[in-house]
Amino acid sequence: MNAPNSFRNQPDERGHFGQFGGRYVAETLMPLILELDREYRAAKQDPAFAAEFDDLLEHYVGRPSPLYYAPRLTEALREGAPAGKGAQIWFKRDELNHTGAHKINNCVGQILLAIRMGKTRIIAETGAGQHGVATATVAARFGLPCVIYMGARDVERQSPNVFRMKLLGAQVIPVESGARTLKDAMNEALRDWVANVHDTFYIIGTAAGPHPYPELVRDFQSVIGREAREQMLKRTGRLPDVLVAAIGGGSNAIGLFHPFLDDAEVKMLGVEAAGHGLDLQHAASLAGGAPGVLHGNKTYLLQDEDGQIAEAHSISAGLDYPGIGPEHAWLRDVGRVEYTSVTDVEALDAFQLLCRTEGIIPALEPAHAIAAVAKLAPTMDRDAIILANLCGRGDKDIFTVAEALGAQL
Amino acid sequence: MTRISTAFAKPHPALVCFVTAGDGPTAAILDVLVAGGADVIELGMPFTDPMADGPAIQAANLRSLGAGTTTADIFALATGFRARHPATPLVLMGYANPMVRRGAEWFAAHCAAAGVDGVICVDIPPEEDDALGPALRAKGIAPIRLATPTSDAARLPTILDGSAGFVYYVSVAGITGKQQAAQGSIDEAVARLKAATDLPVAVGFGVRTPEQAAAIARVADGVVVGSAIVELVGEHGDSAPGKVREYVSALANAVHSARKVPA
Ligand SMILES: Cc1ncc(COP(=O)(O)O)c(C=O)c1O
Repeated sequence: MNAPNSFRNQPDERGHFGQFGGRYVAETLMPLILELDREYRAAKQDPAFAAEFDDLLEHYVGRPSPLYYAPRLTEALREGAPAGKGAQIWFKRDELNHTGAHKINNCVGQILLAIRMGKTRIIAETGAGQHGVATATVAARFGLPCVIYMGARDVERQSPNVFRMKLLGAQVIPVESGARTLKDAMNEALRDWVANVHDTFYIIGTAAGPHPYPELVRDFQSVIGREAREQMLKRTGRLPDVLVAAIGGGSNAIGLFHPFLDDAEVKMLGVEAAGHGLDLQHAASLAGGAPGVLHGNKTYLLQDEDGQIAEAHSISAGLDYPGIGPEHAWLRDVGRVEYTSVTDVEALDAFQLLCRTEGIIPALEPAHAIAAVAKLAPTMDRDAIILANLCGRGDKDIFTVAEALGAQL
Repeated sequence: MTRISTAFAKPHPALVCFVTAGDGPTAAILDVLVAGGADVIELGMPFTDPMADGPAIQAANLRSLGAGTTTADIFALATGFRARHPATPLVLMGYANPMVRRGAEWFAAHCAAAGVDGVICVDIPPEEDDALGPALRAKGIAPIRLATPTSDAARLPTILDGSAGFVYYVSVAGITGKQQAAQGSIDEAVARLKAATDLPVAVGFGVRTPEQAAAIARVADGVVVGSAIVELVGEHGDSAPGKVREYVSALANAVHSARKVPA
């Protein structure tokens, strides 16, 4: 495939990233989706919108997040590396954001859009609960009622976040259909939305769904990459050699990657969840899926030969989804970004490694990115720089990790 | 005249009945729908993620998939139906992914070979027509579009352009099987649609009783009943055909005689 002039001017006006993306929704939703698109274009042109977004990110979320060189992790990985090898490892610390993950960046942007459109009720789906918490947070901040759909299985494995959402005034509805995880929560949120289009704004939590969601979520999350690029240039005088980020739907990854996409010297690695292994149950839609249509967009999906969607599995509730945002599907097909996958066991090891070497408890989602970093760093020269997105903190995961490690709490 | 236009040209309004393929004894159920008086059949293609459906049709989808229903099984059901009922229009209804999985051309060719007359795809709006519409039209299969309470005057031409067969008016903004729309809003919407298109207009979502069906049939060209039939199948399983037949006969009587002036 011919490389385009820029990798940064997707999607087209119909929301297509090459063959991916689009607006595959029920007719009831179409007028609202079109209105959202118009409203988003207008907001993009409006300096007052940008000013309010920036102000909230600075004073409410706590941005910019630090760029951190991880000396002991770097050294630990050099120990097993060949002579002269072992890249420097840096983290973009979005786990320090208010509510503990990158999800809040997007929620701030979307709630401002909701208010602009005169919507008075907020709904969202959540997997790990981080997006649910971030949505409940901005809903409380702006005084709007909020309903969060969460798979019943995720309600069980992410109970601290369920309680957080309730404290923030949200109603949490456990979804009992399917595998009772993120995909099913998204179905139920869409069902709510079609029945309440007149007053309800759906804050989608990742860079997926019908156009313009993949684009606007990316734009709101791109603050991660813009800051990181500037910080890295200021601190080291150069750009990183490789960016690494975990992929559920792909919002933290595209947020980090997008501002660097036209820096040809910067390589990028997206890390999917290989669950029990790629030959067993997993959540790696690029590695094990095929193009298809689900939840408003065309993208790679885990599915059978008849187009029935497969149940994903990952120890990380935030990665436990059988699809991926359409821009990643495109970036993989044009070859700009490389994608790999990491198993539950590898992620658990990386989780513990970061705890012990850097005094940082990561979420299980970025633990996947760290596991990929641990494989990659020993193959690169010592003066090379890897920048990974530490997109969430692990407080929410301690029960899951304890169980996986056989510890009694 | 196509089978669909013939069905809507009868001297009475049409009863359109929906069932989920592979849930219960589908072939026998299809036969009793026709015997009971259904004028058009919608055969639902089960999908793991029926985002526009309420609990009844969701459960039917899961039962069908749980029983192992494949796309090949659905086409076999359609082929058998066409052999037994040469005149009754058969429409496949479902979600995009199972339809486009092997390519739109593959799907359209199999529809044509099985004697399918039209396709309703819930999550392919006119904006994404390329994904399936051209392939269907090339095989003479009608892409049947949905209009909804959110389809305002500005939106209608987009929906109607490229529609064929009939227009399915979804009378409530919401999922299948829930509340019924106020009759006044249906009357108004049907009038608006009929002013904008020559295609027949069928109204569905939330229709349960013969009385509701008759009230709609007074203004619309057709009435669609789905969840109520699917619930009977769910409740009665293998013995559903008798119950379905009884229910559909009552609906058909009400719909077919809706416009007759009482003697
Ligand atoms: C901390 C964290 N990272 C990553 C993800 C995955 O989402 P995305 O790929 O959109 O960043 C989640 C989702 O819940 C999350 O909570």
